[in-house]
Amino acid sequence: MYKIVRKKSLNPTVTLMDIEAPLVAKKAKAGQFIILRVDEDGERIPLTVAGCDPEKGTVTIIFQIVGATTEKLNHKEEGDSLQDFVGPLGMPTKVEGLKKVCVIGGGVGCAIALPVARELHKLGAEVTTIAGFRNKDLVILEDEFKACSSRFIMMTDDGSYGEKGNVTAPLKEMLEKGERFDEVIAIGPLIMMKFVCLTTKEYDQKTVVSMNPIMIDGTGMCGGCRLTVGGETKFACVDGPDFDGHLVDFDEAMSRGRSYQPFERHAYEEACNLFKKEVR
Amino acid sequence: MPNMRATKNPMPSQDPNVRNKNFNEVTLGYTAEMAVDEAQRCLHCKNKPCVSGCPVNIQIPEFIAKVAEGDFEGAYQVISLSSSLPAVCGRVCPQENQCEGKCVRGIKGEPVGIGRLERFVADYHNEHNALPPKAPEKNGHKVAVIGSGPAGLTCAGDLAKMGYDVTVYEALHLAGGVLVYGIPEFRLPKAIVQKEVDNLKALGVKVETDMVIGRILTIEELKEEYGYESIFIGTGAGLPRFMNIPGENLKGVYSANEFLTRSNLMKAYREDSATPIQHAKRVAVVGGGNVAMDAARTAKRLGAEEVYIVYRRGMEELPARKEEVEHAQEEGIIFKTLCNPVAILPTDVTDTRDPAYGWVKGIRCVEMELGEPDESGRRRPIVKEGSEFELDMDCVIMALGTSPNPLIKSTTPGLETKRRGEIVADENGLTSIEGVYAGGDAVTGAATVILAMGAGKTAAAAMDAYIKGKNA
Ligand SMILES: Cc1cc2nc3c(=O)[nH]c(=O)nc-3n(C[C@H](O)[C@H](O)[C@H](O)COP(=O)(O)OP(=O)(O)OC[C@H]3O[C@@H](n4cnc5c(N)ncnc54)[C@H](O)[C@@H]3O)c2cc1C
Ligand code: FES
Repeated sequence: MYKIVRKKSLNPTVTLMDIEAPLVAKKAKAGQFIILRVDEDGERIPLTVAGCDPEKGTVTIIFQIVGATTEKLNHKEEGDSLQDFVGPLGMPTKVEGLKKVCVIGGGVGCAIALPVARELHKLGAEVTTIAGFRNKDLVILEDEFKACSSRFIMMTDDGSYGEKGNVTAPLKEMLEKGERFDEVIAIGPLIMMKFVCLTTKEYDQKTVVSMNPIMIDGTGMCGGCRLTVGGETKFACVDGPDFDGHLVDFDEAMSRGRSYQPFERHAYEEACNLFKKEVR
Repeated sequence: MPNMRATKNPMPSQDPNVRNKNFNEVTLGYTAEMAVDEAQRCLHCKNKPCVSGCPVNIQIPEFIAKVAEGDFEGAYQVISLSSSLPAVCGRVCPQENQCEGKCVRGIKGEPVGIGRLERFVADYHNEHNALPPKAPEKNGHKVAVIGSGPAGLTCAGDLAKMGYDVTVYEALHLAGGVLVYGIPEFRLPKAIVQKEVDNLKALGVKVETDMVIGRILTIEELKEEYGYESIFIGTGAGLPRFMNIPGENLKGVYSANEFLTRSNLMKAYREDSATPIQHAKRVAVVGGGNVAMDAARTAKRLGAEEVYIVYRRGMEELPARKEEVEHAQEEGIIFKTLCNPVAILPTDVTDTRDPAYGWVKGIRCVEMELGEPDESGRRRPIVKEGSEFELDMDCVIMALGTSPNPLIKSTTPGLETKRRGEIVADENGLTSIEGVYAGGDAVTGAATVILAMGAGKTAAAAMDAYIKGKNA
């Protein structure tokens, strides 16, 4: 069992937890992920590591409540324990040798982008961060990003905070002006990563994306996480989760991401109803 | 005088039309009377051909003699000298190619039902005499076992009985390997596997789940930092193969590993499971082995109307156990043999936001015929020109075989492997690294439970000799 030592709500739908998992905390690197089960008979879900403290032996996860399992996870409190917590899985993000990087985070993807930005900053790279959210209420980790970025651009869809528009707008502006990066690293919803890649492709700007398909084992055993990258099938859990964004078939990834929607909604609605009852 | 009836005692089973809608065990096992009667069919041949057919040389006529006397516990003791997992092997061994394939009674009629007797004896023992084993006195030496399939479980059990301090590291959240994630409940009840794991724990073995070796700890760290004097790698062959044909990444296309893991390990066959699974109407399972049969029969039980086995060779060549093929046929699985898919076809929806976009609609196949035998001795399937045809499907499951996962190799410098990632090991299981042994599917590629079990046993003996030699 893996104890929750800290829980903090970052916004109404996004929660941070520090989980006691000393061995994982010692090994996990930016870009890797873990798989957890909330309880016996629970589903296995992957979450990217949002940070870790090898001294305290804790791993930070940040998750958005999107389905029955994350809903259940969000109902666990400090002091409670999780049934399973496996990791670190996948390949770490390649940060060595990068001198100038643009890190783009969208929504809860910022939680995954932050450790990458931090690591780059620590290694002395010049980090430009573009963070995008739907609106002001959903903004997370702003101060943390500012602390490790030499340039920080906040975007909201409705303009309620920072600049109004998508993350691609300031990116395009910079690229148009002739600015180039060793890498653009984009982490967020598939649709955002797709459009970032379409933008950077025009300028031949190398772009890395972090994919988060449906997974079960996370060890390469089921193939459920497969993607088409450059015309070849790859398993995100072992070959990734980072890939060259210009090679990823995003339409297929988006379609596959919805594989279980027809069968899942029922369970989610039931869970929501259950918790609503509890609240009352 | 032996009983000279030409046929085996039939196995009591659930009715095919009932069992293809539930996940309870298909076969119910012999009663004591049936077992005694079946045991009396054994001729007790002097040269014991059956024993030579058994990969671990169980003294078959001896245990059968005990059954015939009604000394079922005595029979168990004979089997357990050579096998650690009789309740499992009695259910899943391909007996027709092993012991029963060599049985003299099989020349004129059916062989003695050795597998059924093995299962009866093991179940009898578990029901009547199964006190958990006592932990032996520890000898002060630490060993680690990676993977908790039949190879790992057996190796750990044997070493624990010799007094070693054994830790098993398992990547998944549950121990048992293929026995829990692959083989379905209706063929191998999970309670049987759990009992084996519980027995190991009673012997003092520590079972650490959620530990992906290579990621959280490397073999080198286990040796150098954790002080394990010897290590056994029993990580199986879990990497699924695909065909590399168009449409393989459509929704509704799965590896058998994914489909079976969802159903078995994650219990998606139960209504209340948190893990979703597709309840398809028309399912094609590509392949002809045990894995294909398990996937097809699982799909049927999940409510599919039509389930096809699509296999490129003929009925005679199906590599699955004979009993599984027969059971599948009885349950209404349709066999499309001499048939090979060349493409998986999508729905014609083009709007990416439409939920029907990106789903499987069917498969395009070609008919095959058998030519000259290839290097494996099986006749090579050849495409019949102009034989293309299409079948409507909403689910396609690929059961084409598996290879060892490359993770251990890629994180263990100096560990030699073969073309498909099989770990190189000598007849004792010793790898290219001192003190590191391996066995089971990780070494042979996808094979059988009994071979994995046997490899675990052999390696345990070799590891004991190695540690004793080093400390002598
Ligand atoms: C669906 C299906 C049906 C089958 N039916 C039959 C049958 O009827 N009869 C028969 O004889 N055989 C059958 N087989 C084959 C048989 O199950 C295998 O040959 C046997 O289980 C191999 O045992 P093993 O111990 O080598 O590996 P496995 O049973 O594969 O166990 C390996 C274990 O190691 C774990 N592992 C892998 N990598 C790591 C790592 N890096 N760190 C920690 N743990 C790790 C895995 O999670 C797994 O639990 C079937 C296989 C399948 C998939
Ligand atoms: S999650 Fe199963 S292979 Fe990647």
